[in-house]
Amino acid sequence: MVALKVSVQLEDFSAQEEEKRLLSDRRDIGAIISFIGLCRDEEPPLSALELEHYPGMAEAEITAVAKQASQRWPILGATIIHRYGRIEPGAQIVLTLVVAAHREAAFASAQFIMDYLKTRAPFWKKRHFLDGSEGDWVMPKIEDDLALDKWFEAKSSLD
Amino acid sequence: MKAVYFAWVRERIGLAEEELSLPENVKTVAELVDWLVSRGEGYALAFENRHSIRAAVDKRHASAHSLIASAQEIAFFPPMTGG
Repeated sequence: MVALKVSVQLEDFSAQEEEKRLLSDRRDIGAIISFIGLCRDEEPPLSALELEHYPGMAEAEITAVAKQASQRWPILGATIIHRYGRIEPGAQIVLTLVVAAHREAAFASAQFIMDYLKTRAPFWKKRHFLDGSEGDWVMPKIEDDLALDKWFEAKSSLD
Repeated sequence: MKAVYFAWVRERIGLAEEELSLPENVKTVAELVDWLVSRGEGYALAFENRHSIRAAVDKRHASAHSLIASAQEIAFFPPMTGG
């Protein structure tokens, strides 16, 4: 049974609590991968990132990505939490936890989930600067699109 | 039909959402964009570079050719920057 949990929320999360929940009463898990994405400060310094999202579609897209990962690798569970709202430098934005019997499936599916989530889940970041100057919207990175290509290559080579 | 806008598309249009009554000849996402652009400066500015706009029909990713006839909700937004 694959235990999938997806949450799009304003509140912060605790990776430790989520790990505990995912691991409780299970003896079949041999590997857990925990990825946390943080709000990184930039130059000029940020007062915060503002994360906008499309309610309903954000949850649906993350769930679809998690399901795809579970069809592709033998994982035993995944928890994905993505925050929205105002997030200050140093604060947590996203959590991806994956559990599996073996590390290969856990590593690969966690990376797959993050690569897909970045380009498919409807979230947008706006920078707010510490000096009070007009904020701007973060532009997508070409590397994020390129990151997806490796999964297509990997898939066709396996097929 | 409800239209919803996000991030800088929302800012340029000046609305987060609105109800649209479409003329019959507007059948695809691309035709809807053409029609919206004809409505005013904010729309024209939001859609000035169509390659940098994404659309969703009933909360699923859509392309320019996607049909919108039976849709409840159409969304327009920039490429996503979450994660």
